[in-house]
Amino acid sequence: MMEKMIFGRYIPAESPLHRMDPRSKILLVFLFVCVVFIANNAITYGLLAVYTFLMVLSSKVPIRFILGGLRIVLWLVLFTLVLHLFFTKEGDVLFQWGSISIYEGGLKQGIFISVRFFLLILMTSLLTLTTTPIEITDGIEVLLDPLKKIKFPVHELALMMSISLRFIPTLMEETDKIMKAQTARGVEFSGGPIKDRVKAIIPLLIPLFIGSFKRAEELATAMEARGYRGGEGRTKYRQLRWGFVDTVMLLILAFVTAALVLFRS
Amino acid sequence: MDISLQQVEYRYQANSPFERLAIQNVSIDIPSGTYLAIIGHTGSGKSTILQHLNAILRPTEGKVVIGDREVTNAKKQKNLKEIRKRVGIVFQFPEHQLFEETVEKDICFGPMNFGVSEADAKVRARKAIKQVGLSEEILQKSPFDLSGGQMRRVAIAGVLAMEPDVIVLDEPTAGLDPRGRKEIMDMFYQLHKERNLSTVLVTHSMEDASQYADQIVIMHQGQVYKKGTPREIFHSPDGLIELGLDVPEVVRFQQKLEAAFKTKLAKTCITLDELTDEIDQLFKRGEPK
Repeated sequence: MMEKMIFGRYIPAESPLHRMDPRSKILLVFLFVCVVFIANNAITYGLLAVYTFLMVLSSKVPIRFILGGLRIVLWLVLFTLVLHLFFTKEGDVLFQWGSISIYEGGLKQGIFISVRFFLLILMTSLLTLTTTPIEITDGIEVLLDPLKKIKFPVHELALMMSISLRFIPTLMEETDKIMKAQTARGVEFSGGPIKDRVKAIIPLLIPLFIGSFKRAEELATAMEARGYRGGEGRTKYRQLRWGFVDTVMLLILAFVTAALVLFRS
Repeated sequence: MDISLQQVEYRYQANSPFERLAIQNVSIDIPSGTYLAIIGHTGSGKSTILQHLNAILRPTEGKVVIGDREVTNAKKQKNLKEIRKRVGIVFQFPEHQLFEETVEKDICFGPMNFGVSEADAKVRARKAIKQVGLSEEILQKSPFDLSGGQMRRVAIAGVLAMEPDVIVLDEPTAGLDPRGRKEIMDMFYQLHKERNLSTVLVTHSMEDASQYADQIVIMHQGQVYKKGTPREIFHSPDGLIELGLDVPEVVRFQQKLEAAFKTKLAKTCITLDELTDEIDQLFKRGEPK
């Protein structure tokens, strides 16, 4: 049931994206998130789409798999599109039916924003698909290191992140198990009237919460028992290494950014 | 109610990079009133088979016949609830499924989902709580105030209160102390005898399987390695030992005895009583010399 989710999931493969340093990948995604907002016409959005598509290709993660996993998000994208269609009133009227009218500006805005939304999600999922959770937190910890000067708890933040990322699959598995157990007791999670489906959430959520609290406590005990006391003086087994691919990837993004600035209207 | 698996194959996450073949070419018949044990290592496909028994999983290939219903991959199945009402599953660590404010409400949850009235469900709850060996006072407590063993029993009562025709048990005694283990296994056996309840037991324990089951299926790497009565299975235990599976103490004893005294007992013994009888016979015949 939860088998198709791709959020926070790592897919091992041999690809340039997998080989990249997590620091440069995080930086890349962060920059991409900013750069996306430069685009404002068909050419620039097209350029972004091509860039993202090429990135997806180079990750060697099967495209069908990514799209299948993003199905839920596609609904959200569609929803924004529809909202814009009906509520943005700019430009010429394209279509009128009773009190409903669709404007040219609305259509354009709707498509652009949905594309932007979709590309953002695609790129961020690409980060988690090609980087192990441990690498991501390592990367973030190093990138945020300067903040330690102002007493920002960088290590604790990274630890919290790695713990929550680590437990996403566990939680999924648990959800699946409890869903099956309650299905066997006559609960219907899919199908049936909405009222029943909402009600079906309670026998799922309560056991999940209780399990999570128990696990958190056990984890805390286990960490304390092994003498955990924060990041002070801790050394790393995995050393981060900035390679040739990293520089090239950032240069490509810089190039794309320059092109975007050039072609935007 | 008869259940039969016919050439069942199941792949997890079919058509994704994570696709994994769990079971293959599995055919098992479970006629009404049988006590069947499914044994195998972790990852041998036991739990996958179990989830086919009430259509939580549908075979990717082959079919499962449950009563007069046929479950296949082909068509969208409607009203699977009817199947689930008649086949109750006690999952591994069933205490994780408890969620209600009181034990009584939790036990009533299953039956009421299947259309039993609240009053009837409460009657069933009282009956079920006694069956699992707990007192009625516990019904008004919160399930989360109970001990681990009590929670397990309450969860089992929740499935028994559905009054299924077939009960499927996935390692029902994992993590219990020896006494609790025996009590629970004896209780299921008694239910099986009294109500002629078909029982499917998924377990690691050869001891439990040989002691309670009339039919044993041994799973190995997603396929049926061997099936038959306990006596047939343990008649030649060498293959099992090669697979690294446990063989009941009685069988092991008989094997060592036969090797040490270079003799053969008249039959393959399954219980301790049979074994003592046979050894008695051996002495009467004047062996070992």
